[in-house]
Amino acid sequence: MAMMNFEYKYRVRGGTLVGGDLFDFWMGPFYVGFFGVTTAFFSLVGTLLIIWGAAIGPTWNVWRINIAPPDLSYGLGFAPLREGGLWQWITFCALGAFCSWALRMVEIARKLGMGLHVPIAFSGAILAYFTLEVIRPVLMGGWGHGFPYGILSHLDWVSNVGYQHLQFHYNPAHMIAVTFFFTTTFILAMHGGAVLSSLNPPGDEPVKTSAHEDSFFRDLIVYSIGPLGIHRLGWFCAINAGVWSAICIVISGPLWTRGWPEWWNWWLNLPFWR
Amino acid sequence: MFDYRAAFGLEYQNLFNRTHVAGPFDDGPALILGNENRRGRPWTSILLGFIGSAQVGPFYLGAVGLASIVFGFIAFEIIGLNMLASVNWDPVQFIRQLPWLALEPPAPAYGLHIPPLAQGGWWLMAGFFLTLSILLWWVRVYQRARALGMGTHVAWAFASAIWLYLVDGFIRPLLMGSWGEGVPFGIFPHLDWTAALSVRYGNLYYDPFHMLSIVFLYGSTLLFAMHGGTILAVGRYWGEREIELTTDRGTAAERAGLFWRWIMGFNASYESIHRWAWWFAVLCTLTGGIGILLTGTVVDNWYLWGVKHGIAPMYPRVYPMIPDPGHLRGVLQ
Repeated sequence: MAMMNFEYKYRVRGGTLVGGDLFDFWMGPFYVGFFGVTTAFFSLVGTLLIIWGAAIGPTWNVWRINIAPPDLSYGLGFAPLREGGLWQWITFCALGAFCSWALRMVEIARKLGMGLHVPIAFSGAILAYFTLEVIRPVLMGGWGHGFPYGILSHLDWVSNVGYQHLQFHYNPAHMIAVTFFFTTTFILAMHGGAVLSSLNPPGDEPVKTSAHEDSFFRDLIVYSIGPLGIHRLGWFCAINAGVWSAICIVISGPLWTRGWPEWWNWWLNLPFWR
Repeated sequence: MFDYRAAFGLEYQNLFNRTHVAGPFDDGPALILGNENRRGRPWTSILLGFIGSAQVGPFYLGAVGLASIVFGFIAFEIIGLNMLASVNWDPVQFIRQLPWLALEPPAPAYGLHIPPLAQGGWWLMAGFFLTLSILLWWVRVYQRARALGMGTHVAWAFASAIWLYLVDGFIRPLLMGSWGEGVPFGIFPHLDWTAALSVRYGNLYYDPFHMLSIVFLYGSTLLFAMHGGTILAVGRYWGEREIELTTDRGTAAERAGLFWRWIMGFNASYESIHRWAWWFAVLCTLTGGIGILLTGTVVDNWYLWGVKHGIAPMYPRVYPMIPDPGHLRGVLQ
């Protein structure tokens, strides 16, 4: 049985964005919907293209499989499949699948009478991917500026692009993005820990309340943002981590071509130091 | 008809508190015996009240908290005054060059000996006081939870972060036999340390524990986007009452669970999502600490380690063989 005992009353028709009730049904625990079909289509084609790319490549070692974008000499044109064309179609399929997935989330949220916060947050991640693989390559005039698909090869790409700018840690937007990543993980630990410590007190103690969580953080650090506010803060910081990542890479190359440490000279040269 | 106003109107998205309730302050549950009274008169911040609780304070000080703050202040002052001294006590240059200023660890020649103050002795001392402050703060986190009769999950998550801090600044330098391996205090200088460590040991991206640490960092961010978004999205059903909905499932918890079940065939519960959250955050620094601890002590070049274990290809040699200047001086033998 693919339904939980309370699930029946929630499985209602409607809430779809397109297609009326054509695909308005469930398969096992999964909701299908028009965008479920497009998600399945794009992921299947994209995955098969990746397998094809691996098959014509030199290795089946999962760490070393690499599907590279076209050479820079192809500019923004189409490349033959074996020379980056696969990368182009995989990128197309990935974007199709990501956007379908986000829209499917919207339909499900609408069925359940929920807000759209999750698909909105996911859009931030899609934006970061779109920036890396489309916006920045277009701004720099060649698909070859996109990152390759491969577990180790995409790490090499990050490394190389970083050193092209001498020391990427000096990129101010990168600093902001990293700060948001660290902050999000930090407050996630605090939030997860607070809820678990309320629900799982030592010994035979009764379960505690959110008033205890508030008091714990007030006692500790003078302020508790509260059970609703922490989710706003976490959602905000997580989205910003993705968005500032997109900003930090799109300014590297299109806007600033030299080493990032050099960028900070404006601060040293402000007129009022004299 | 798709109601764009309902879907996208800011007033429906639960992003801000639209009403600010002014009532008596929450003084908090009583602390168990043996604790001091809470300090400070609580006050209300209108600005904080827009996103969360408006109440600030009261707070608990206690001997451990006071000691932690004093030792932390001493470390902060040692670092700041050393930076000020490095620009000849010129306050304008201090602010101008602040991001570049550093309190550096001793030179490698000192090994694990105690150097003169100006040659890294201050760095050792600042590290000592900062560590003392952090460890006392851990005791405080543990005690505050116990005083309220709560579990100590936050303290143990904090311990995982302390593990990474101790590996970077104490345990790894100890194993390498030199305080000079430690991290400098300073904004840009600690970034330079990070980059230099990676370059010296053959690119940390090939370090499998660094990979895991990044996975848990990104994973934590993903989890908080999913969890925060879900709770906000069921805010209209008071879904943020996580304790109550764990012990007595309501419609908010049912909808939040079904949302993910229908999307990906699986959902966490109101309690278990916080276990996922806690473990992802804890494993970020736990694996990160292991990755740094192995660097230079067990593995000298992560890229060559990757080649040896078949995860990285041997790239063609582009430049002629250059002798390592370190070997010429006999330092690395």
